[in-house]
Amino acid sequence: MTSDKSFFDFISNGLPGPELREDADNAILPARQLAFSRFRALGLPSVKTEEWRYTNIQRFLKDSFSLAQEEGTITAEQLKTVNTKIPQLDSYTAVLVNGRLQIALSKLPAEGKITISKLSDAANNTQLQLWFDKHPHLQQQPFAALNAALFADGLFIEAGQNASLDKPLHIIHIYTTAENAFIQPRHLLVLHKGATLEIVESSVGMNETAIAFVNSVTEIILEENAELWHYNLQSSEKNSRHIYHTSTVQKADSRYHHFNFTLPSAELTRNNLSVALTGSNTETNLHGLYLATDEQHVDNHTFVDHLVPNCNSNELYKGVLLDNSNGVFTGKIHVHQDAQKTNAFQQNNNLLMSEKASINSQPQLEIYADDVKCSHGFTVGRFSEESLFYLRSRGIGEEAAKTLLVNAFAFDITDQVHIPALQDFLSEKIRKYVSGAINN
Amino acid sequence: MLTIKNLHAEVDGKKILKGINLEIKRGEMHAIMGPNGSGKSSLSSVLAGRENYTVTEGEVIFEGKNLLDLSPENRAREGIFLAFQYPVEIPGVSNLNFLKTALNEIRTYHGLAPIEAKEFLKLTKEKQQLVDFNANLMNRSLNEGFSGGEKKRNEVFQLAMLDPKLAILDETDSGLDIDALRIVAAGVNKLRSADKAFMVITHYQRLLDYIVPDFVHVLYDGRIVKTGNKELALELEEKGYDWLKEEVHQKESV
Ligand SMILES: Nc1ncnc2c1ncn2[C@@H]1O[C@H](COP(=O)(O)OP(=O)(O)OP(=O)(O)O)[C@@H](O)[C@H]1O
Ligand SMILES: [Mg+2]
Repeated sequence: MTSDKSFFDFISNGLPGPELREDADNAILPARQLAFSRFRALGLPSVKTEEWRYTNIQRFLKDSFSLAQEEGTITAEQLKTVNTKIPQLDSYTAVLVNGRLQIALSKLPAEGKITISKLSDAANNTQLQLWFDKHPHLQQQPFAALNAALFADGLFIEAGQNASLDKPLHIIHIYTTAENAFIQPRHLLVLHKGATLEIVESSVGMNETAIAFVNSVTEIILEENAELWHYNLQSSEKNSRHIYHTSTVQKADSRYHHFNFTLPSAELTRNNLSVALTGSNTETNLHGLYLATDEQHVDNHTFVDHLVPNCNSNELYKGVLLDNSNGVFTGKIHVHQDAQKTNAFQQNNNLLMSEKASINSQPQLEIYADDVKCSHGFTVGRFSEESLFYLRSRGIGEEAAKTLLVNAFAFDITDQVHIPALQDFLSEKIRKYVSGAINN
Repeated sequence: MLTIKNLHAEVDGKKILKGINLEIKRGEMHAIMGPNGSGKSSLSSVLAGRENYTVTEGEVIFEGKNLLDLSPENRAREGIFLAFQYPVEIPGVSNLNFLKTALNEIRTYHGLAPIEAKEFLKLTKEKQQLVDFNANLMNRSLNEGFSGGEKKRNEVFQLAMLDPKLAILDETDSGLDIDALRIVAAGVNKLRSADKAFMVITHYQRLLDYIVPDFVHVLYDGRIVKTGNKELALELEEKGYDWLKEEVHQKESV
């Protein structure tokens, strides 16, 4: 594909698509059709599109992709070899292959107040009908619209009133394809009043040569007083390209703690994270750590929408950029006129570990209320030679010293992680990639 | 143990060390004194391997090895320790984790297995008592928010933990209160032994009351202009540096 037009042709040829026909009689077909016309109207973004200025998405769409979204099967043996293991993590697991839940490979909690199923099996669920593709921020996102039109399947999680689990749920997304494929999973999580959940998501690819372009959407609804700990670990292989949309609605007194960990080696990662605060007294903590190597391009777009008074949002994104990697951070905070007594903080710090690495960071604050506390900040730095020398003068080699310093830089984020096994996993990954880059 | 021959070094194109000659043998305690800006810290930096100094002439032999060929970490692993005049704060790196990493990197270099957790704990306790280092500080980030004196004590605590052959103390006494000075000096005295050596940079005779030096050298304008015993420190305390500076200038004009 070289131009807009051919991409549309290509997408149009996929329509109505096998999936659309399959659920032709279910309630979301009209929504899919609507979404597709929305995608047409929005058009394919280019570097001239403000939101995509620093990520030339068309470059990543040039290859030809299949829209078929094959089932893709893996065996229990293969699952063992997949690089998603978080040692010592005691959790339930939900294994998805190309967006489809594999019950036999998963270890789901016993049936109770929490429902975990395929999205397709929940087509007639009232929550799905209520929330599907309704998030206000998804309406302007071309790739989210495309996903709504064409998604194959995904995960549906519904936690009943005051429900909770005794351990985290680890959602393992595996993408496997024999030929280049455009894969579009779609998930919906609904936490009813007072429900609490802890979710770890890992995304990995199992492809040798074919490119998996994953365009995923996750919609999250936190009803009153619900709390979600949401860790997203992105560590796909090189020939993966990802556009993730995570869109959360927070009702009164709810708490959302989101962590985005982007690690090597997917060539493209674009995260669109948006939170709409529709009820008062909410707490929103957005943490991000991106560590990029080689030619990786990591783009984080976040959007916190303060619609009502008395909400707190706190955002800290940190980046470690090695080799020829590229980082982009855009943090939008919108405080509406009614949203008095808002506290909204945002900080983005970057550590450039190579002359060739780069970062583009921009805050976008739109504040229309007068009684608010808001701040933002951005830093980019290199290693402090003084610190490095101090460590080395104690016998600590360059590799170990840099690992210590990167871990120290990331500490503000990793320290907030409530799962020790995940903390260890992250510091081990940091060690691995930092020493890898030094030994290159 | 250490032989410095005609050492010249510059930083940012500025000549700082202009021909240092010094011989330090095992068991010896050398004090280096001299006016501000004379090059004392520069000498210790060059010995520890700080990279912005360029050695333009001369050589340094440490335990038979050409020191200047070694990376800073390998100098430390070979047994050189520098207690910094201005220790660096490193937020996010815990003091203990840092020390354990240092200890293990040194052990690995010498073909030893990493230290057992229990043994490490025992060693930490013992050395912490030796220099009266506040145990609460050990779990904190390295030097972050430490008072001036706490930082200096931490340097001596690290010195005790890493047990080097040659310890260079750059103004470790400044910033210490009177009691701390005595405790730290007593700690250093306990670390003294027949096979170790010390190079102590100080401005004050007071420290040398506690740590009695075998030699006192005066560094001025990048050179050692006078060497004596502990009496020289007393003389400097009384007379200041002017008479020495004059001597140097007279020699130069001859
Ligand atoms: N990066 C640098 N660029 C230029 N000059 C420098 C640099 N670092 C040190 N110097 C100079 O080198 C000289 C020696 O400095 P040094 O710190 O070694 O002195 P010192 O004897 O330790 O002094 P003090 O007693 O004040 O600690 C000083 O004139 C100082 O300004
Ligand atoms: Mg000095």
